[in-house]
Amino acid sequence: MERTISVLVNDRPGVLARIAGMFSRRGFNIASITVGTAEEEGLSRMTIVSSGDDAMALQMVAQLQKLIDVIEVHDISREQTVKRELALVKVRITKTTRPEIAHILEPFRVSIVDVGHASLTVQVTGDVQKIDALIGLLRPFGVTEIARTGVTALLRSGVLESGFAGADTPYRPLIEAEATNDDDLFETERE
Amino acid sequence: MYGSSDAAAPAAAREFVDQMNAGMVRTGADLLCSLLQQAGVDVIFGYPGGAVLPIYDALYSSSLRHILTRHEQGAIHAAEGYARVTGRPGVVLATSGPGATNLVTGIADAYMDSTPLVVLTGQVVTESIGRDAFQEADIVGITMPITKHNYQVRDIDTLPQVIADAFHIATSGRPGPVLIDLPKSVTSGPARDAVLPAPDARGYRVPGHPSDEALTAIQDAIRQARKPLLYVGGGIISAGAAETLRRFARVNQIPVTSTLLGLGGFPAHDELFVGMLGMHGTYAANQAITNCDLLIALGVRFDDRVTGKLQRFSPHSKKIHVDIDPAEIGKNVPVDIAVVADVGLTLQALLTDRLSADTGEWRAQIAAWEAEWPLRYRADDTCLKPQAVIELIAQRTRGEAIVTTEVGQHQMWAALFYPFSEPRKFVTSGGLGTMGYGFPSALGAQVALPGETVVCIAGDASFQMNIQELQTMVDYALPVKIAVINNRFLGMVRQWQQFFYDRRYAESRISSPDFVKVANAYGVLGLRAATFDEAKVAIEQAFAHEGPVVIDFVVLEEENVFPMVPPGKGTDEMTLEWEG
Repeated sequence: MERTISVLVNDRPGVLARIAGMFSRRGFNIASITVGTAEEEGLSRMTIVSSGDDAMALQMVAQLQKLIDVIEVHDISREQTVKRELALVKVRITKTTRPEIAHILEPFRVSIVDVGHASLTVQVTGDVQKIDALIGLLRPFGVTEIARTGVTALLRSGVLESGFAGADTPYRPLIEAEATNDDDLFETERE
Repeated sequence: MYGSSDAAAPAAAREFVDQMNAGMVRTGADLLCSLLQQAGVDVIFGYPGGAVLPIYDALYSSSLRHILTRHEQGAIHAAEGYARVTGRPGVVLATSGPGATNLVTGIADAYMDSTPLVVLTGQVVTESIGRDAFQEADIVGITMPITKHNYQVRDIDTLPQVIADAFHIATSGRPGPVLIDLPKSVTSGPARDAVLPAPDARGYRVPGHPSDEALTAIQDAIRQARKPLLYVGGGIISAGAAETLRRFARVNQIPVTSTLLGLGGFPAHDELFVGMLGMHGTYAANQAITNCDLLIALGVRFDDRVTGKLQRFSPHSKKIHVDIDPAEIGKNVPVDIAVVADVGLTLQALLTDRLSADTGEWRAQIAAWEAEWPLRYRADDTCLKPQAVIELIAQRTRGEAIVTTEVGQHQMWAALFYPFSEPRKFVTSGGLGTMGYGFPSALGAQVALPGETVVCIAGDASFQMNIQELQTMVDYALPVKIAVINNRFLGMVRQWQQFFYDRRYAESRISSPDFVKVANAYGVLGLRAATFDEAKVAIEQAFAHEGPVVIDFVVLEEENVFPMVPPGKGTDEMTLEWEG
């Protein structure tokens, strides 16, 4: 299953290399990784999207925790989270397709950030499914370039955090939780 | 004179020289030496070069002892030997570029075997970093996956905290190597003396006591078990838990098997000791691991050389795993009760009660396996058997010597036939399997403990990998006894070629110089023995001699290590003797 891991790290040279190197060496895949400054000065928050079974996810968390520059690790795959990705999508336009495209874009609440004679660039923010859906709808018109940021995520307020089994916590295999699958494309727009 | 072309800027250099003359400051290298001494360092193993000239200049007037080896690899293995016999961190110093890259094998070795090291490397001046300067190598990048942590110090003001954290990280929790890369401009630049601060690595946590919940789970499991087995490793030795383990095993009458790295963590002569397990483990140990109903794994990592085929590994047991490294839990083998804690504190907490039910029947079964197939070899009067050499050395040293080994057949025979009864007596490269480790590590062990008898059991091929360190041994008058088990082959490679490649001995036959003459050329006593009687005489002579000795034991060529679990087989599928 897909794994989302939130990692609080020291903002020091080489930290991304340590984490990326560990993932590559241990055979964990990285679907996306985002890094940016965190709430505290000197720290960054990374959101890593990977995949793997429960045993592999436990290894990812434990191996991340072993890195000295890693302050906190949380596997938030099964938690209530706010997940967002931003994408810039450049799509071809003609006089005839332009109104049609505008019609498609409307419910996605995107911003048109650049317009030319032959193409326009839209900025879309939301969860992965929403962005995938928009790109899917625009493809027939000719999508020429896509830039996506990768997913970044935070736990929702009031959610009990889980993740690294601390020093004196006996090991518990993760219990299969019911799948949380947000089918509603537009549910995410409630900030 | 300071303020050479290396210094950051002429103005800064001039200011520094003025301050030096005014007695206000010293160099970064002086500060480094001061901090190392404050961290308790007494000896550094190293080799000079351009980028570490400021550090060597500071060492020149420091009371730190420096051991000059003949190759950086010799220096780092010596530091590993020092660390393994003392439990204190070994400290290594090498220059940038090739000096640093020559340390890589030793760093990887220390990482695999959880050996505490603080590795200091020189680096080109900060302005040149990234420009492919002379003798520049990205040693921080290179060693990221083989160090517990590494640093590059670009600002001298951070050095005190880096040194404090490096020693703390190297020696606590699961020990390991920490590298500090020191640009020449930092070590030659100005610095004020500083007090070594308390360690402050925020993301670093060291597990300690087990939880009550974990202890209860372990106690219940032991009470219910009929056939419990303790499977112990290097973690017992790192944790200083050998004595606690001995008491725990005796109180509960639970048999003990050990990994290669755990040897000495439980007395070999104790009747509860079943011997080493795994690929070259004893018949009884591998039968016990396969048939036990409770496996109590302490400070181990379920290495493939231990487990054999995972699906057949201890299939009937409930498994408890206690380790200080959370990432080892469930990494290779799923376990039922996993405890991230110090093994010593865990055993201590379990000592309050006798837990186990009567294990008499189980111990009788193990004794029957031991009787069925004891550790043995075919004695032969017409030649010298390698196992006999180990036994003679064990007799002469009463099993009390510090024994280091190279890697290969002789290593397994040393593990099987030398009865280690105390921790920190056996120094061997287990995880990485580094040929060339044994001899320099013996020198480091002897530097650390000058009063102890140190024996290096070597192979003819691996001894040649760091044979240049004979001169280091001579320079520092280190009375190491080197027993070369000379079979004219890369013995373990040849054994695998015999078993699995139809005796096609591709490049495994290897020649050697006359080791007696080599020893003599270094001014070292050299002896040779080709029969059992000659071996007895040579060993007697070697241990009566005060200085170092090289003994060339000319042993049977095609002798094999048994038992053997062939690769891909289960631990119960041992080959006990070769019938090919």
